[in-house]
Amino acid sequence: MSIEIQGINKFFDKFQALHDINLTIPDGQLTALLGPSGSGKTTLLRIIAGLETPEEGRIRFSGRDVTDLHVRDRRVGFVFQHYALFRHMTVAENVAFGLNVLPRKERPGKPEIRKRVKDLLEMVQLEHLADRYPAQLSGGQKQRIALARAMAMRPEILLLDEPFGALDAKVRKDLRRWLRSLHDELHFTSVFVTHDQEEALELSDQVVVMSNGRIEQVDTPLELYGRPDSRFVFEFLGQVNVLSGRIGDGVMRQGDAWIRLPEGCENDDAQLYLRPHEVRLTQAASDQAHLPFRIEAINLIGAEVRIELKPDGWECEELWEVGISHTEFNARQPQRGDRCFAVPDVGHLFCEHAAEPKTLEWR
Amino acid sequence: MATTDVMERPAKRLSAPATKRVLPGFGLSLGISLFFISLVLLLPISGLFIRAAGMGWEQFWFVITDPRVVASYKVTALAALAASLFNCVFGLLMAWVLVRYEFPGKRLLDAIMDLPFALPTAVAGITLATLFAENGWYGQYLADLGIEVAFTPLGIVVAMAFTSVPFVVRTVQPVLEEMAPEDEEAAMSLGASDMTVFRKILFPTLWPAVVTGGALSFARSLGEYGAVIFIAGNSPYISEVISLMIFVRLEEYDFPAASAIAAVVMTVSLLLLLAINVWQGRYLKRLHGG
Repeated sequence: MSIEIQGINKFFDKFQALHDINLTIPDGQLTALLGPSGSGKTTLLRIIAGLETPEEGRIRFSGRDVTDLHVRDRRVGFVFQHYALFRHMTVAENVAFGLNVLPRKERPGKPEIRKRVKDLLEMVQLEHLADRYPAQLSGGQKQRIALARAMAMRPEILLLDEPFGALDAKVRKDLRRWLRSLHDELHFTSVFVTHDQEEALELSDQVVVMSNGRIEQVDTPLELYGRPDSRFVFEFLGQVNVLSGRIGDGVMRQGDAWIRLPEGCENDDAQLYLRPHEVRLTQAASDQAHLPFRIEAINLIGAEVRIELKPDGWECEELWEVGISHTEFNARQPQRGDRCFAVPDVGHLFCEHAAEPKTLEWR
Repeated sequence: MATTDVMERPAKRLSAPATKRVLPGFGLSLGISLFFISLVLLLPISGLFIRAAGMGWEQFWFVITDPRVVASYKVTALAALAASLFNCVFGLLMAWVLVRYEFPGKRLLDAIMDLPFALPTAVAGITLATLFAENGWYGQYLADLGIEVAFTPLGIVVAMAFTSVPFVVRTVQPVLEEMAPEDEEAAMSLGASDMTVFRKILFPTLWPAVVTGGALSFARSLGEYGAVIFIAGNSPYISEVISLMIFVRLEEYDFPAASAIAAVVMTVSLLLLLAINVWQGRYLKRLHGG
């Protein structure tokens, strides 16, 4: 079931939480609503569920207008960040809740309910906990029960509000993979809210980046990471190195630093954005770029060695970060305080007088 | 008493790390509490029982089973039961309104809720008696309907309910405030109607607090004197409450008899509160784990 969101405006008193949101969430896909806190992502999810009412705009499920439909009649599954399990009911009673409150005519018989609950608990691999109370479960187990409970009504749309937000890193990763495989198996339409860019990029088919109640960009994870539309998206999706300067005659300058730009760059004030893997470190300046640095810190943990660089003879707001392989690190043995130069391979240029960013290549 | 614990030197503590507590001041605070409770509660109560015990078992039994006293037990217990049941419903409603909705004057209403505690009970009694008397503001209309409140057992219920309603409101209020809205939202997203949400989600969480508030209200009502005697009418066998019987015995300088009846009331209240506490402890343990 697809979800069409049209012209949604939402106010909390005088504060406008959402500004004219238009979005289509395709059938059977896993979509992430990504943004910093206060960006309106949870509000949008709650509007889709019917837990909040927008001041303006329509919500349609596969063309059917559900804007004025109460949450209980929308038949969506909703999973809360803090699980919201019913504490006075056992796990099995929690999962059976939706079935037990159906009107008598639609309600399946007791044996049928028992079987459905058993199947759902098997699906989340927790059938041995059926008679426990929520207080006796771990966070990861609680969230899986919450998921089983939401799935009991066989919803075609599953909405998850920061589903892994309250869990620790290891459990989070397991549960993430497990949700992905469950989704691939059952093919419902799911939307989940997260502020963790890694989670959004790893898990979803489509990412919606939001900030200040507006949609910044809607794209596949690959496109989003490779071709961000705005500075905000670029900065939000991982580490970024920035050179601010002025372009003149095809060269961008600031203090001692300069970069020769490929052809077709107008004279303008501009910022060059570079990902850590799009920059190489060398001992001498090249003829295409002169970006002198001092090594500020070296972090050996992880698949790559991350080197923090402080500009030498020019300025930037945050330190640059460049990743080099452990092999290269061992061969060169750089030390803190060493002078070195950065050479860009790929960069993204945001000019003051151009709406669209430009991707540059030097190779 | 626990003063030895208080005197313990830090050096001694370090030498016995197995008994070391993280929170400081256990000995001191528990010592003071126990001392105070003994002084103002346990000692007078023991005095009461010793006084009553002095009269011998047979006479004790004779005093506490006197027909007029037995009638007053019944009147008091039934009235207190009715009053506390009423308070469970009304107190829950009040707490609900105070927690769930925003409206002008909410803070004032919240403050007024405690008035029955602050008001001298005699003042409450006289006010209620005046209001519900046959020519009073409420009484005249109720009289038209054929309902008599002042100077009947119904008046006792009204006075008891008035003086003890804050117990229910104040025990239910914090529980309601802490309740996460997500539970209700989860239930609704699973298709539950408003009534089902209240019955199956809200009430099971609220009801231990309602029962506790009700029990406190009941225990308080059993002993209520000031507010009740002005509105009760105090006719023997019909509208005499147990605290009045104690007062009557005191006026007759029959101290042992007064102590004997007081001991009965005391024991019943204590057993009730203890039972509620044990039951609630078990219920909450299941909810919160442990």
